[in-house]
Amino acid sequence: MSDDDQPTPESEKPDRTPRSDFDVATEPTEPAEVDTAEDASATPEDRSRSVLREIASGDAMAGVLAVFLAVFVGSVMIAATDETVRQTASYITARPSDFFTALWEAISGAYSAMFRGAIFNYILDNPAQQWRPLTETLKFAGPLILGGLGVGLAFRAALFNIGGRGQMLIAGGAAGWIGFQLDLPMVIHLPLAILVGMLFGALWGGIAGLLKARTGAHEVIVTIMLNYVGYYLLFYALTKEWLLKTPGSVNPKSPPMHDTAILPKVLGDTFNLHFGFVLALIAVAVVWWLINRSTLGYRIRAVGENPHAARASGINVGRTYTVVMMIAGALLGLAGVNQVLGTVSSGVSLDLDASIGFDAITVALLGRSRPLGILAAGLLFGAFKAGGFTMQASENISVDLVLVVQSLIVLFLAAPPLVRAIFRLPAQEAK
Amino acid sequence: MRLVLRGITKRFGSVVANDSISLTVEPGEIHCLLGENGAGKSTLMNVLYGLYKADEGEIELDGVVQHFTGPGDAMAAGIGMVHQHFMLIPVFTVAENVMLGNESTGFAGNLDLDAARDRVTEISDRFGFAVRPEAVVEDLPVGVQQRVEIIKALSRDAELLVFDEPTAVLTPQETDELMDIMRQLKEAGKAIVFITHKLREVREVADRITVIRHGKVVGEADPQASNAELASMMVGRPVELVVQKAAPTLGEEAFVVKDLRVVDAAGHTQVDGISFTIRAGEVLAVAGVQGNGQTELTEAIMGLQDDTSGSITLDGIELVGKSVRKVLDSGVGFIPEDRQVDGLVPGFTIAENLMLNRSFRSPFVKNGALRIGALRAFAQQKLTEYDVRARDIDSLAANLSGGNQQKVVVARELSRDLRLLVAAQPTRGVDVGSIEFIHKQVVATRDSGIPVLVVSTELDEVVALADRIMVLYRGQIVGIVPADTPRETLGLMMTGERPTDLKDVAV
Repeated sequence: MSDDDQPTPESEKPDRTPRSDFDVATEPTEPAEVDTAEDASATPEDRSRSVLREIASGDAMAGVLAVFLAVFVGSVMIAATDETVRQTASYITARPSDFFTALWEAISGAYSAMFRGAIFNYILDNPAQQWRPLTETLKFAGPLILGGLGVGLAFRAALFNIGGRGQMLIAGGAAGWIGFQLDLPMVIHLPLAILVGMLFGALWGGIAGLLKARTGAHEVIVTIMLNYVGYYLLFYALTKEWLLKTPGSVNPKSPPMHDTAILPKVLGDTFNLHFGFVLALIAVAVVWWLINRSTLGYRIRAVGENPHAARASGINVGRTYTVVMMIAGALLGLAGVNQVLGTVSSGVSLDLDASIGFDAITVALLGRSRPLGILAAGLLFGAFKAGGFTMQASENISVDLVLVVQSLIVLFLAAPPLVRAIFRLPAQEAK
Repeated sequence: MRLVLRGITKRFGSVVANDSISLTVEPGEIHCLLGENGAGKSTLMNVLYGLYKADEGEIELDGVVQHFTGPGDAMAAGIGMVHQHFMLIPVFTVAENVMLGNESTGFAGNLDLDAARDRVTEISDRFGFAVRPEAVVEDLPVGVQQRVEIIKALSRDAELLVFDEPTAVLTPQETDELMDIMRQLKEAGKAIVFITHKLREVREVADRITVIRHGKVVGEADPQASNAELASMMVGRPVELVVQKAAPTLGEEAFVVKDLRVVDAAGHTQVDGISFTIRAGEVLAVAGVQGNGQTELTEAIMGLQDDTSGSITLDGIELVGKSVRKVLDSGVGFIPEDRQVDGLVPGFTIAENLMLNRSFRSPFVKNGALRIGALRAFAQQKLTEYDVRARDIDSLAANLSGGNQQKVVVARELSRDLRLLVAAQPTRGVDVGSIEFIHKQVVATRDSGIPVLVVSTELDEVVALADRIMVLYRGQIVGIVPADTPRETLGLMMTGERPTDLKDVAV
């Protein structure tokens, strides 16, 4: 008999051998009526699992604070790398006002440039041109949201889908093949290309799910390796004319998509915003329903929270893993399709994923694996992407700084006690 | 050593686990801490052992106020803890385990194993433990492993020994031996804190009894007090300790197990060719020390064990080889032995947990979508019916106490159309009040004409619920005996010995 008032996982777990292969990777959760941060006796598996869960599903406040902190650290870096700031700092005791003016100009200049590049360019006169940055943000946000949904959905089943890149590449390649090899009317051509892309993404994700279900292979390792397989498969396809190669070209790039397979522009040809963003919004709604209102989503969450109880309740854990990874792959596939048929319809190339496959992980983490959170995080990262270019162009601040800020967000999300300590929030002991 | 705890208060967020607890333990005294699960006994001991820091109050040893920052300080001050789950390394010898964390070394860090062996022999001889220092811990019986833990504490000159629910894993015989050891230690002048919720043990060894409820000391009890008095102090109201039940109305042989054999993932045979029958309207209780095949037996019935041979039939339908879902659909209700692992999804609400094994069909599912309205109405009704103490149906299962969590599991299983109930450790880690309630539900299920298989390592529970008792030892049936078999006989059977005059009772 164990006392339930002390949170030692061991005391709740009788000795038992893992009952199947996938049980090994997913230890039961910490029992906790009183969940203490100072629990010294948690096993490493429990630790890593609960950390993963905390990162993937903590509260929204932590996300906001992490963004805030990251932007602050970003400001420090902008200031530190700014030439004027450094010059004025050398005589700061003589004339401190120079230093602070330079500091202000560097930081406010950077962020106002980002605002101009991401949301509203108040310098221009033409309203259409003024609002153009916002449409760019939405354009960039589309695939990030789709990818974030794919990673986030897998998180809900406690699966870490690092294979976004491979899933996007394979899906993009397949959709691209349909896009330029076939001649069909648009009503058939575009949906067909989208569906084939999603199908290949689902296939690529499903491999990882199936291997985990059948053999217990860890999805992190499998998806990482499938990224390489996908990359080199696409590379191979780009060297064969019957697949993706442009006849007569030496570059690994396919011919441009036929007009019948290109996602139409939402606001006319003035803006680059295409229907990929609309697909992303639809996907947010569908995934929300799937997670919160469907039986499949219920089972996915049950498996993610406690695979043992799910199994004892008649839920086929292995099949759920496979299905989740297929849906996740399809969503990332849709992100790849979005690139090939929308953002860069000039042809399939090896960099079509534009690192979205990995950014999607950040988006899913920041969005706490919830569809609406992912929507918000995707928009934020879309704004970073759109604004980063303007920042570089007008303020001569490296666009890499945006990447630093993005990475810092994840870092702060991964260390909730750090954020809590900085803001002196109470520890999440009792909920 | 004299221990005084003064006004110990420990909060976890808004939950007060210990509310100004004061306690004195004299040398040469066995002081029992009696309380339900979740009353705050273990938290208090973790404060004493330096694992938690008290928010208020002080710890005093022999008149000196202590400030422990970790178990190391507590050990150095002479406090030894015998944990419920042993902190031993199975592949090490007794001597190696005893010296672990306190190794004496010779030249260039050489381990001085001889000194450790001598120490073990010395302590073992002094108290008659009969433990060989060269024995490898994993080869020792559980009761002896516990003695190794005690030796480990004594080898560090512990003057105050804390036993945290030490009898949970022991057979009745081993429990008696532990009681003897505790008396010996007491005579040697050690102060002993004995944490338990088993009334029989308390009455046997305690010199003083402090009862804790909801994190507060409710008072001292007289060791001569009756079980009912102690129980009502623990729970705060009168409790029925004996399950009131009429003689069973037996139906046909509904549940038949033949030559069941279960091999686990490591290739060990855990259930070794057992056969038994349960009639409709009968409770067959499985007794035995934990780890003698009970877990595997229940999991095999549920389809959770992969390597199962033999036959399990329910109303003539074969269950072996069926998926868990098919078994559940055949009308088997399953209360798993560890609700935290197999019974509940801690991150789900009460409502969501109540539909866990009905995620495929009506009433909570329609065309692949959840019928949230139906689920919520159902959950609301069960919350009242099963007296689950929670804020509302949207409370997370993780935030419920053990007893309330178990009520959720019981409510889920009993509200389906059952043809068999398998209840493994139905009241483990459950407070006395909830035990009473759950036992009544099990008996009510039996009385509605359903065969019931109860597995319990608590002899009290087995005797209370059983119409017949089946004793398992190392995966085999020692015997199937009537419910009124004397405890001594059952205890003996749990060690694998079959009394010569024993007669199995037929169905």
